[in-house]
Amino acid sequence: MKRSGFIASTTVGFTRALSHALMSEEIARQRGLLQALDARVRVIGLFALVVAVTLSRRLAVVLALFVGAAILAVLSKVSLGTLAKRVWLVVLAFTGVIALPAMFVTPGDPIATFAGGLHITTQGLMTAALLIARVETAVTFTTVLILCTPWAHVLKALHSFRLPREVTTMLAMTHRYVFLLVETASQMFESRHSRTVGRLPRAEQRRMVARSAGVLLSKSIDLGNDVYLAMQARGFRGEVRILSDFSMKPRDYAGLLAFLCAGTLAIWMGR
Amino acid sequence: MHIPDGYLSPSTCATLYAGAIAGWYAALKQVRQVLLSRVVPMISVFAAFAFVVMMFNLPLPGGTTGHAIGVTISAIVLGPSGAILAISIALAIQALFFGDGGITTLGANCFNMAIVGSLVAYGSYRLISAGAGISSKRRIVAAAIAGYLAANASAFVAAIEFGVQPLWFHDAAGTPLYAPYPFHVALPAMMIGHLTFAGLAEALISAGLVAYLQVADPRLLQSTSGMAMSTEERAGAYLAASSPRRLWLGVALLMLLTPLGVLAIGKAWSEWSPAEFAAAGSRAQVAAAATMPTATSPAGMQRLTTLWTAPFPAYAPTFVRSATFGYLLSAMFGVGFLLALSLLAQRYLERRRTTRYFP
Repeated sequence: MKRSGFIASTTVGFTRALSHALMSEEIARQRGLLQALDARVRVIGLFALVVAVTLSRRLAVVLALFVGAAILAVLSKVSLGTLAKRVWLVVLAFTGVIALPAMFVTPGDPIATFAGGLHITTQGLMTAALLIARVETAVTFTTVLILCTPWAHVLKALHSFRLPREVTTMLAMTHRYVFLLVETASQMFESRHSRTVGRLPRAEQRRMVARSAGVLLSKSIDLGNDVYLAMQARGFRGEVRILSDFSMKPRDYAGLLAFLCAGTLAIWMGR
Repeated sequence: MHIPDGYLSPSTCATLYAGAIAGWYAALKQVRQVLLSRVVPMISVFAAFAFVVMMFNLPLPGGTTGHAIGVTISAIVLGPSGAILAISIALAIQALFFGDGGITTLGANCFNMAIVGSLVAYGSYRLISAGAGISSKRRIVAAAIAGYLAANASAFVAAIEFGVQPLWFHDAAGTPLYAPYPFHVALPAMMIGHLTFAGLAEALISAGLVAYLQVADPRLLQSTSGMAMSTEERAGAYLAASSPRRLWLGVALLMLLTPLGVLAIGKAWSEWSPAEFAAAGSRAQVAAAATMPTATSPAGMQRLTTLWTAPFPAYAPTFVRSATFGYLLSAMFGVGFLLALSLLAQRYLERRRTTRYFP
């Protein structure tokens, strides 16, 4: 008997989000190259490299940056197997599907002709390769940053870049609520899954999702009200204070210089 | 619709970051006018709620599934400013913590989904539900239509961003450097999926949530209902409406800035007139921008240009000699015409509402 597949797939999505968070915390605690650097250096440095990836117009430069990203991952205790499974294959599947037709439809010099007048052009092949390489490299840098930096440190780094305090507070609170709500939603779906025998009609499935979203909304709003009262009880008046204990050491300056030099070199060579 | 890094050129990303920053600044300014300690947790839980709702797989007609953005219900409960912040925060966490959507394209994603989505959802919901009671069925229909329009408007803006990439960013050999598909491919590719599935998912979730709130917690629908509130309800509506005086100042400033248009060099893409096909200089511009024969103006264009003659051709009445003054006059006329229409519509809706409550 076929079970309601959409309930299972939604629950899998929730579990994946929770396992991602756990894995991120685990890797961030390890001793690696990036973990040893100040969080602000990591955020600025990897952002500079992502910008360099998007600015580079040469495939060779983007591929060199990809190799650099993989080396950085290994030195920061992020396994290449994890990256391949969670990033490279996913991006290849998603961007590959988008990039593939570009090989055929981009006007240019034909290099291979197929039946039905279809031909691959040099320009088409190059644009598809450039798009896939660029997305793979940028997502690798971002993932390495995410996996090696605890969320609280990312927030502190953003705060030190003069991001409004309300914004950093909202980012911090949302991050906490996300996991609470993901857990609540996961439990709701799991309990429904365990009660469901056979296949629900599609209209009933839609009603079920809308009702679950409604219940979750009510719970979210109750939570928001409770937090507001708790904050008021503790004397919160809208002023947010973040403990900032970052201090730059010589190795942080060296790291920042290395990131910026690599980014500038990539932009110059890839122009 | 979460655009990853690498699909948009750095200049497109920078421009859309600038647009998003303007939206965030305006939204934050409005939110700061009310009690921050009340607003911050509420926007945060809505951001978290939108994040989780994006993970709900909604079964759709045709055997497929889709997911909502959560922008419409945020705009309906929090208003446009709160929704802009809530959805932007959700997108930022998706990009910075889960790697879903790029860092360089975060501005673009927030512009498309949080800003355009919120404004379209809020505007269409208010327009369709004007005068309807809190428990009226029209509010459910309004939420569905608002959701459908918001998702499609966001997709449309994203399609435009994709479509300009091969036109503006390619190397000497013609290789597109970023998203490779021009408008005629990007637009249908994005819109077919959203007109059929993604828009439907947002419509169904928004309608379902409004129907749920009508029964479970109707006060949450009060703040953006446009209906009179008691003092207590007004205190509960944490996001105050913006000052109309500022809106008028903004409109006046935009009108005064319209002569900037005469400083623009060249002709806007695809706004060519038949006469411009005849002039050699303009023809070179057209040829540089399009891959179509430009020796003569297209026959269809020639035929259609005679159908309607604008009262102010080329943004200036025929009796005005100064282009700058003509632009200003056209702006004043256009804005005045739209304001008159809007005031008439508002008066009509108010009269209908008064008649309904006090027959």
